[in-house]
Amino acid sequence: MYQYDQHDQAMVDARVAEFRGQVARRLSGELTEDQFKPLRLKNGLYLQLHAYMLRVAVPYGTLNSAQMRVLGDIADKYDRGYGHFTTRQNIQYNWIKLADAPDILADLAKVQLHAIQTSGNCIRNTTADHFAGAAADEVADPRPYAELLRQWSTFHPEFDYLPRKFKVAIIASETDRAAMRLHDIGIQIVKNEAGEIGCKFFAGGGMGRTPMIAPCIAEFVPALQMISFLEAALRVYNRHGRRDNKYKARIKILVHEIGVAEYSRQVQEEFAHILTLGLEPPPAELDRIKAMFADPGLETGLSDDLDRSDPDFALWVDQNVHAHKQPGYAIVTISLKPTGGIPGDATADQIRLMADLARDHSLDELRVSHAQNIVLPHVKKADLYRVWQALDAAGLATPNLDLITDIIACPGLDYCALANARSIPLAQKITERFADVGRQRELGELKLKISGCINACGHHHAGHIGILGVDRKGVENYQLLLGGAESADTSLGTITGPGFSEDGVVDAIEKVTDVYLARREGAERFLDTYRRIGMVPFKEAIYG
Amino acid sequence: MVETVLRYRTDEPVADPAVTVDAFAAQGNATAVRIEPGDDALALLPYLDRLALIEVNFPSFADGRGYSAARSLRERGYTGELRAVGDVLLDQLSHMRRCGFDSFAPDKPISAEAAEAAFATWPEVYQQTVDGRRPIWAARHGTKDA
Repeated sequence: MYQYDQHDQAMVDARVAEFRGQVARRLSGELTEDQFKPLRLKNGLYLQLHAYMLRVAVPYGTLNSAQMRVLGDIADKYDRGYGHFTTRQNIQYNWIKLADAPDILADLAKVQLHAIQTSGNCIRNTTADHFAGAAADEVADPRPYAELLRQWSTFHPEFDYLPRKFKVAIIASETDRAAMRLHDIGIQIVKNEAGEIGCKFFAGGGMGRTPMIAPCIAEFVPALQMISFLEAALRVYNRHGRRDNKYKARIKILVHEIGVAEYSRQVQEEFAHILTLGLEPPPAELDRIKAMFADPGLETGLSDDLDRSDPDFALWVDQNVHAHKQPGYAIVTISLKPTGGIPGDATADQIRLMADLARDHSLDELRVSHAQNIVLPHVKKADLYRVWQALDAAGLATPNLDLITDIIACPGLDYCALANARSIPLAQKITERFADVGRQRELGELKLKISGCINACGHHHAGHIGILGVDRKGVENYQLLLGGAESADTSLGTITGPGFSEDGVVDAIEKVTDVYLARREGAERFLDTYRRIGMVPFKEAIYG
Repeated sequence: MVETVLRYRTDEPVADPAVTVDAFAAQGNATAVRIEPGDDALALLPYLDRLALIEVNFPSFADGRGYSAARSLRERGYTGELRAVGDVLLDQLSHMRRCGFDSFAPDKPISAEAAEAAFATWPEVYQQTVDGRRPIWAARHGTKDA
C-alpha cells in the first residue's frame, strides 16, 4: 500500500492548519456562512438536515488496519458510534459539531487520511476497482495510477472552481467493478499490441437527473502521459462547461451538446500543447508508487483446500468469497447489508473488528466497495473459517453479496437536505420482505439500488431494479426502474410507469421477481431475462 | 483604487485603463485589456507583445474560468502583468498565484499581510504550473529545478 513521505504529510498537515483557521474565522463571525460554505465543502463538511456531516476520503477505496481503526474511533469520539460507507468508497459521519471538525481532520492526518476535495466543484476523490491487486483479470494494479492522480488533483490550482463536481474512476480489467463509465472521466488501464501499458479514456458519464454512459474519447494514451491528458480534458471542460444552470453543468452535458468528436478534438489540441510543457511526473515517480503496491506479502505454495462441513459457512463462502489471483488465497466481501439494517452503516466496534481481521488475516489491507461493503482482499483460505466466525459473531456475515438484499441506498430524507423521500426505511422493508436466504439465492444476482431524489446518489439508474424516491404533492412516492446495469455492459434503467407508496413499491418488486422466476430460461440472471423479454410482461404484472 | 491593488511585480504599473476585448481589438494601440469569463483568452495571443496588463474579471468567485485563462496565457509566453479583479477572495489567492496572476484588485480589499499568509498556505505543491515552484515529484527525484 502507498505510504506518505514527508512531502505528502506536510500537505495534509497544512490542510488541517488552514481549515482550523477557517473554522475559527467562521466561529468568530469573520466569515459569513455564505463565504464559509465553499471552504468547508472543500473539506467534506456539509450542513445537513440535523447536523454537520463530514465525508472522509478513502483514496481509491484502500485502507490499512490502523486507518480503519481510527475511522471506528472517530465514530465513537465525535459521532454517535457509527459511520456510513458510501457509493464513492468514502465514509461519512452524520452527527458532527463544527468546532470538532479540525480535531477530526488532525486525527485523520495522523494515519495519512483526510477529507480533501470530498465535496465542492473540484476533482473529487478518485475511485477504483475494489478488487485491485487481488483480481486475476487485471492487466495491472490500477491503484498506482490512482495515487498519481490523487497527488496531481490535490489542491490543483486551476481546477478548484469547475462548473460542477468532477468524479474519476479507474479500473484495469474488462470486468468493470467500479461503474467506471458512469463517471465524469473513466480510465481503463489497458495493454496495447506492443505490450505497453496505457489509458483508455472515457468522458461524460454520470447519473443524476440526466444519466449518461461515458463514450470513449481516447483509445490509448501512454501511461506516462496520463496526467497531461487529464490536464487537457479538465481544461476544456473548465473553459466550456456550462455555468448558467447547475443542472446542466456536468461534463456529460458539454460532451453531449458539442458532441464527443468535437470535445475529443479540443482535448487532443490542448493535449498536444500541454505535452510541450513537460509537466508530467517522471517515470521514476510512477515506479516509486508502484513499488509500494507491488507485493503485499502473499505466500506461495498454499493449499486451496477448504472444509465446507459447516453449512452456514459454506453458504457464505459461496456467496461472499471470490477467487484470488494467488493460489491459497481468497477475496472476502463483508456485507454491510443485514436484514433490517441501514445499507453501508457499521458501528465503531464493527469497524474496529474489521480492522483487526485485516491486520491478522488480510495482509493489513481493506477496501471499501462502491456497493457499500467492505473487502478483505488477501485472506488465506486456511483462515476463512476463523474470519467467518468472527464476522458472524459481530453480525457481519450476511451471505447476500449481489443478491436482492445487497441494496445500495443513499442516506435519503432521514439525513440529506436534498432528498425528496426516505431511502433507508424502504431498504429495510425490502430486506425484511426478502429475508429468506434461500429465496434470495433462487433469485440470483439482482442489484437493487435506491435513490431518495433525482440526484441519484443511490445509483438507481444502474440498478437491475432501481427505485427513485420523489415528492408527489407532499407525499413520498417511489418510481420503479428496470434493466439498469453498471458493469462492462452498462445500461440505464427504464421507468415502469406510475409510482408507488413505500409498501406498494415493495409489492411491485415482488411481482417483478415473480415474472422473472416464471419466465427465465436456463441460467439467465434477472437482467438477462429482462433484456430478452422486455418491459411489457413486467408492466402487466405490476399494473395489470 | 490604486491602493487596493496587491501587486507582486517590480516594473511600473500601466497607467492606461484596461479596455474590453472588443474595444481592444478596435483601438490597435491599447496596452491593457480586461477579459470576462466568457471571452476566449487565446484570442489575445497575437497581441501579447504589446500587452502590458491583462485583467481577468471574476464577477463571482465560483466562476473558475479565469484560472484556465491565466495559466493558458502564461504557458503561451505572456510575461506582462496579469491581474485578478472582482470577487477575489483571500482563500483563493494562493491558487490564483499558481496560475500566473501577479496582481490582485479584489472588490473587498485584502491586506498585504493577510495575502502573504495566504500565499504561505501550502509548504509544497504537487503540480508543475507557471509559477516556477518545484513540484513534489521533482523534489523526490531531483529531475527538474524550475
